[in-house]
Amino acid sequence: MNSELPPLDSLECVWAKPSTLTDTPMHYCPGCGHGVVHKILMEVIQELHIQSETIGVAPVGCSVFAYYYMDIDMQEAAHGRAAAVATGIKRMLPDKYVFSYQGDGDLAAIGTGETIHAANRGENILVIFINNAIYGMTGGQMAPTTILGMKTTTTPEGRDTETQGFPFKITELIAMLPGAYYVTRQAVHTPNVVRQFKKAVTKAFQYQKDKKGYCLIEVVSNCPSGWKMTPLESNKWMEQNMFPVYPLGDLKVDGKLTEKKS
Amino acid sequence: MSNVRLMKGNEALAEAAIRAGCRGYFGYPITPQSEILEYLAREGREHGMVVMQVESELAAINMVYGAAGAGARVMTSSSSPGISLMQEGLSYIACAELPCLVVNVNRGGPGLGTIQPSQGDYFQATKGGGHGDYHLIVLAPATVQEMADFVYDAFDLADKYRNPAMILADGALGQMMEKVIFREYDPKASMPDKPWATTGKPPTRERNILTSLHIQPEKMEEINRCLQVKYQLINKDEVRYELFYADVAEMLVVAYGLSSRIARRAVEMARSQGLSVGLLRPITLYPFPYQVLKDLAQDLRNVLVVELNAGQMVQDVRLGIEGAVPVHFYGRMGGIIPPPEEILSKIADLGSRISTPQAHPPLAENTKNQSANLNSIFEIAKTMRREDEF
Repeated sequence: MNSELPPLDSLECVWAKPSTLTDTPMHYCPGCGHGVVHKILMEVIQELHIQSETIGVAPVGCSVFAYYYMDIDMQEAAHGRAAAVATGIKRMLPDKYVFSYQGDGDLAAIGTGETIHAANRGENILVIFINNAIYGMTGGQMAPTTILGMKTTTTPEGRDTETQGFPFKITELIAMLPGAYYVTRQAVHTPNVVRQFKKAVTKAFQYQKDKKGYCLIEVVSNCPSGWKMTPLESNKWMEQNMFPVYPLGDLKVDGKLTEKKS
Repeated sequence: MSNVRLMKGNEALAEAAIRAGCRGYFGYPITPQSEILEYLAREGREHGMVVMQVESELAAINMVYGAAGAGARVMTSSSSPGISLMQEGLSYIACAELPCLVVNVNRGGPGLGTIQPSQGDYFQATKGGGHGDYHLIVLAPATVQEMADFVYDAFDLADKYRNPAMILADGALGQMMEKVIFREYDPKASMPDKPWATTGKPPTRERNILTSLHIQPEKMEEINRCLQVKYQLINKDEVRYELFYADVAEMLVVAYGLSSRIARRAVEMARSQGLSVGLLRPITLYPFPYQVLKDLAQDLRNVLVVELNAGQMVQDVRLGIEGAVPVHFYGRMGGIIPPPEEILSKIADLGSRISTPQAHPPLAENTKNQSANLNSIFEIAKTMRREDEF
């Protein structure tokens, strides 16, 4: 059979990974959303031809090694400080594109102050916020976005409001701030939502080019390892349990709150 | 703008930062250094400087990280409690080897302390301050003139070694007014290229990554070794100090910054009374002039260290003296500034004891037989004379 296949160099290439993504094998668990988000981000940077003008800020968390995979200049921030680091870069290089890539603990717990104030200043940056409701890298502890009743290693009986308070809907909070120009909640677990996410990223970079101000894209994502599920189970669980708390869609477009906002 | 002016130390420092080509300042108000932020907000922006009052010292130092990483000459300033908040960021900056200037206008601590001048942050400034093995380059001005001059020097040293530099001043130097002459300085001529900066990856080079994360132990040790080699070079080439009659004295007073001004006056008074006293003023606190002390020790009978703290630099002086002669300490704390006469009486007292040098008594000698009851320790502290050696 093999001998009947045409030689490789005669095949037409119909799809390739973006050249802005390195060849380093990713360390993410099977089924994790990080890989898709990385790829889409790099695809957009390639399509917009802004590789030489983009500086990324990596967080502390599972995506701490984002710079292994993204072939662009990057800085590694301390836990929670990515929005401040991105501010420092952007204020020195206002004509470059600057994004930070942060998880829920980084952005909505230890970095809440930096997150809110960067948004409130209308920093002309893009913040990618991966919300998987758990601390993946440290082994599955409660996140600020962990939903009520959800079991983690530090909420073995499930998150309850009396001791742990409520899931922190920081994206809704940020949408209220006048400095925030574009705030949206996306996902990457099916081809359709991946396409939506890519549109959102493209839009956000365009806004940054036009100096519109702060853009936040939350990605509600899964964590099969932390949630102790198979990838398929985790996607189903996410749709059934996470989406009702964190509904997908735009919260703010062109500086105006959308009606869909929950 | 005139090159000769009468200014507060904080303002002179801020003006020098503009003249040094500083492109970004990120800070949070705290007494006694808020004039730096205020001056730059007023004067810096018209020179194209980004001046931002931000939400916290944590944010400020991490903006410095990002901005320094983008290749710009940048700085922040604060006072003791705020500098404590910056320690995490400074550790990351030191490991990622980002040049920047951090100014600490030291006030009295611990805790919220007082807004009065102090030298209580010596340990924090010179021994790293945050987690891990690292050092800042630390310059200690003693005049408003030096508050300005050391800005250029600190930026140049930071760029030369890709290392954070600190100006360690105090509340008095920040607030006092003196004449200051701004020297000619060309930032463009003094700033090196920064090919490591994250300015956007052109097709012609590999991507630049600024990080302090090296998860492989072998790599992390290699990074540490590189840092240590750098610190050795800094110790070899950058030690700065000032001597005042030190080579013709039997007793050496060692003091830095504000306390060196008081000590110098006391030494002048002592010499006029016939006492054989000199002064060593360390200008760089890191690197510290250990070798200078070792060389001087051969001709000395004893040493007195004067600080506005409970005795911090005295430990480095003892390391330099290597036990050759007794090293005594006199310090005031909590924002108290002793008059020269107080130092003079200490010098005279030690001078009379030169023939029979005494060992340095430990801190709690008077309390040895007391029970460790907090109330009784407080009572004892009240009855202790100020002149008692801590």
